[in-house]
Amino acid sequence: MKKNLLKTKKIVSKLLSTALLIGLVTGFTSCSDDDEPPVAIDEEEVITTITISLSATGVETVELQSRDLDGDGPTAPVITVANLAANTTYSGSIVLLNETEDPAEDITLEVKEEDNEHQFFFTTGGAITTVSYDDADGDGNPVGIDFILTTGDAGSGTLQVTLRHEPKKPNDGTLADAGGETDIVQNFSLTVE
Amino acid sequence: MKYSLLLAFVCFLGNTSLAQECNSILLGQVVDFHDNTPLDGATILITGKQNTSFTDFDGKFKFENLCNGVLELEIFHPDCKSKFFTIDMQGDLFQKISLEHHLEELDEVKVLGDVKKNTTSSQEERLSQEDIEKFSGSSLGDALKNITGVSSLNTGANIVKPVIQGLNGSRVLILNNNVRMQDMEWGEEHAPNIDINANQNISVIKGAAALEYGGDAIGGVIVLNPLPIARTDSLFGKTQVNLFSNGRGGNITSEIVKSYESGLYIKAQGSLKRLGDLEAPEYILSNTGIRENNLSLNIGKRDFIQGWEAYYSFFDSDIGILRASHIGNVDDLITAINSPQPRIIEDFTYDITNPNQEVTHHLGKLNYYRRFKGLGKLSLQYDFQLNRRFEYDNRIGEDAGKPSLDLQLTTHTFSPTLQIDAKENLHLKVGLLARFQTNFPNPATGVRRLIPDYDKSDFGVFVLGDYELSDNFKIDAGLRYDFSNINAEKYYRITRWNERNYDEDFGNLITDIVGTQYLTNPVFDFHNVSAMAGFQYELNENQLLRFNYALSQRAPNPAELFSDGLHHSAARIELGDLRIKSESSSKLSASYELASKTWGLVVAPYFNAIDGFILLEPVDAELTIRGAFPLWVYRQTDALLFGIDVSLYHNWTSQLKTDHQFSWVRGTDQTTNIPMINIPAANLNNRISYVHPTFHELTVSLESQYVFEQNRFPPNITVFSPEQQQDVLLEINTPPAAYHLLSLDIGAKFSLFKPEDLSVGLRGTNLLNTNYRDYLNRLRYFVDDLGRNLSIRLIYKY
Repeated sequence: MKKNLLKTKKIVSKLLSTALLIGLVTGFTSCSDDDEPPVAIDEEEVITTITISLSATGVETVELQSRDLDGDGPTAPVITVANLAANTTYSGSIVLLNETEDPAEDITLEVKEEDNEHQFFFTTGGAITTVSYDDADGDGNPVGIDFILTTGDAGSGTLQVTLRHEPKKPNDGTLADAGGETDIVQNFSLTVE
Repeated sequence: MKYSLLLAFVCFLGNTSLAQECNSILLGQVVDFHDNTPLDGATILITGKQNTSFTDFDGKFKFENLCNGVLELEIFHPDCKSKFFTIDMQGDLFQKISLEHHLEELDEVKVLGDVKKNTTSSQEERLSQEDIEKFSGSSLGDALKNITGVSSLNTGANIVKPVIQGLNGSRVLILNNNVRMQDMEWGEEHAPNIDINANQNISVIKGAAALEYGGDAIGGVIVLNPLPIARTDSLFGKTQVNLFSNGRGGNITSEIVKSYESGLYIKAQGSLKRLGDLEAPEYILSNTGIRENNLSLNIGKRDFIQGWEAYYSFFDSDIGILRASHIGNVDDLITAINSPQPRIIEDFTYDITNPNQEVTHHLGKLNYYRRFKGLGKLSLQYDFQLNRRFEYDNRIGEDAGKPSLDLQLTTHTFSPTLQIDAKENLHLKVGLLARFQTNFPNPATGVRRLIPDYDKSDFGVFVLGDYELSDNFKIDAGLRYDFSNINAEKYYRITRWNERNYDEDFGNLITDIVGTQYLTNPVFDFHNVSAMAGFQYELNENQLLRFNYALSQRAPNPAELFSDGLHHSAARIELGDLRIKSESSSKLSASYELASKTWGLVVAPYFNAIDGFILLEPVDAELTIRGAFPLWVYRQTDALLFGIDVSLYHNWTSQLKTDHQFSWVRGTDQTTNIPMINIPAANLNNRISYVHPTFHELTVSLESQYVFEQNRFPPNITVFSPEQQQDVLLEINTPPAAYHLLSLDIGAKFSLFKPEDLSVGLRGTNLLNTNYRDYLNRLRYFVDDLGRNLSIRLIYKY
């Protein structure tokens, strides 16, 4: 009886050796590659372009833009600015685009949809006097897609715009207090005339 | 197999055959299976009869007055396994019978420590069974740190990559039950997909001497094998439960083994691990939980002549990455480095959210071996591995639940080896390797691929020899050649392609232009030669010397060649280089080993010169609309590493023992004469252990671990901060201060149903709840390392 058991086990062992060979054959044939090239990826949630429109009655509408078409590629963003009028109150609004897609995707919509998880922060200097928020999320906290910017006397000034996602909300309006992760940070050197 | 079928057949006939004449003579000779040398002193019995004979000096024996018909002989020899042999007597007969005296194949239960080492002349160390049980709930990397000269490169506490004598990643091979792990070891935040509870016979070879496993082990090899299973009819198993205060969870691992006297065995093992957020001394490390499910199955039959094994293992883990370590840009990094506390501290939870990584690894192996008389053992092995890795970042909008990285690595390996051990003092091993690998980065992530689609083929051939010149002097040597071909299809941003000057050198690789990207088809061949030679000399019973030289060459891995893009979880841009060639290491290592009843000492210096050493280091920062990002670039240089590992023990009394370990390594970039990045700091471990054998084998040990400050590191980089509108020094390379940790372990054994079937252990690590950060932990910019952790372990054997 025991011998028979032994015999059975030997057969099992033979079967497994055969399985091993089959495994080898199928293993090597299954790695023949297909000739289809991989599909290109255009990053979906990338922000390539921030455009800030500043308008006020009686003066020309101003556009400030930063455009970084290669994203995390080696080319630095291209910044275009125009001069602002002195002692003026502008209403500002921001548009974010992903221009790697055709047609360009409006990322501002996503920020609006998740406005309680996003906030723009503005840091001003020189002839740019103040920026105040002109919108609010569902909880009544500022978002910064729409804002009011005032200029002082003629001279040079700076405006830094930072978009954070998942900041602490509400916060005291400073980056340090808000925390979160930076989606955009861009500094504009401006002339007020 | 032929023999046993014959045996079964003959036994069946045996009962029916009738004796006729009883004057035949059986002459025989018993010889060694391997080298045909005659064996004297063997006893031969004829089953069912009173006749007994012994072999003489020539191995010969004689039986007279035998009847014709089938006889079964039983042959005993003190050094060999008993053998039954059947003959069919038809008149006088001469029969040669070979016996086997190499017992290692049969794996009678061996005492650990007596197990044969993988190499003769190189530095090699085995992890003790107690240490494996103490670290059952931890990672492989943490357990291996008990070995002098082994440290780890961490991304938090759950992602732990072993570092051997200063080197890690693709320079450290991991053999999981004789299968070389193909688990994307190139990434710094990729830990080995290994459950330490599956194969508990673990050793580390510090260097490339184990050429049979690969010629590219510039750092070393970690060998994990199953514990031997005895050839007895038996059913046994073990269950271990560990509970941890830090992480408020634990793990359970269980195994059951059924073995048969025939050599057949079946083993099943599984483990589950659940830990919530870990804690630093002063705060919760939010999103650092882990879930791990592992399973392994072995079925096989081991006999002297032949044997086989089928092995399957499944590894599945979901690991949270510290929430505060996911940052937006260089300004966030500066803020994190300067801030004493992480920016996100939430309440304790078991939930794992983004960022996290989910990794599965299937491994299947079929192995068959057969011995040939007077030659040796031929083994054939096929293994299959399927490794899938998802990495999740914080994404917004429709992409919120999508992984940012989704890689699938499929590997087939066929490796035949022939071990020639017919001669007593010369052992040879020759082998071949064929490996095919495909990487598929899933485009559904919507994120540009960090690692491209590629097919890789490897072919290798090696020969290893081991020669015993005299009883106390052994030499070994080996030679290996590897060919490797990588065929990738990768998109490059045109701006990046030009910025790297690839248009000049690799213009012919471009196959298509898609929007702002080139589709390229890089195909590279690598020819690598590795070799080693060394000796082991026993000065006397207690002391020995080893010396080894190893030349090893490693082809660049896909990350080193092709990395390209923003690594979101690390907030850095990583760039590979298509120009990278193989690196080549010349390592000299020596050791003096003393082991007596009272004293033990190992002094092991080494010297490793690596030509074309491939390293990744921060060089600059790049401006994007999201801010500035540190630019980490792979480059090649000539590196020199040297160091020393020292371990010492002393048995003060039969109950009191102290252990001391020290390791130190220094690495320098020879081209620039600048210290190398990520070289472990010197460390000193001291342990005092007390054993009380008569009271439940009570063991108490107190361990002190002192890690020095690394004062040799590459310079920091200066980057422009858009937030501050000025250049700032980014202290990305500055190492943290030295630290000292204390841990205590108490263990005892109890008898429930069988003698000492229950072991209980209590363990406390970082007892003083010290705040510290480690140079080789990538999360050191953000948070302190783990605080106090108290744990309980219960091991029940049945």
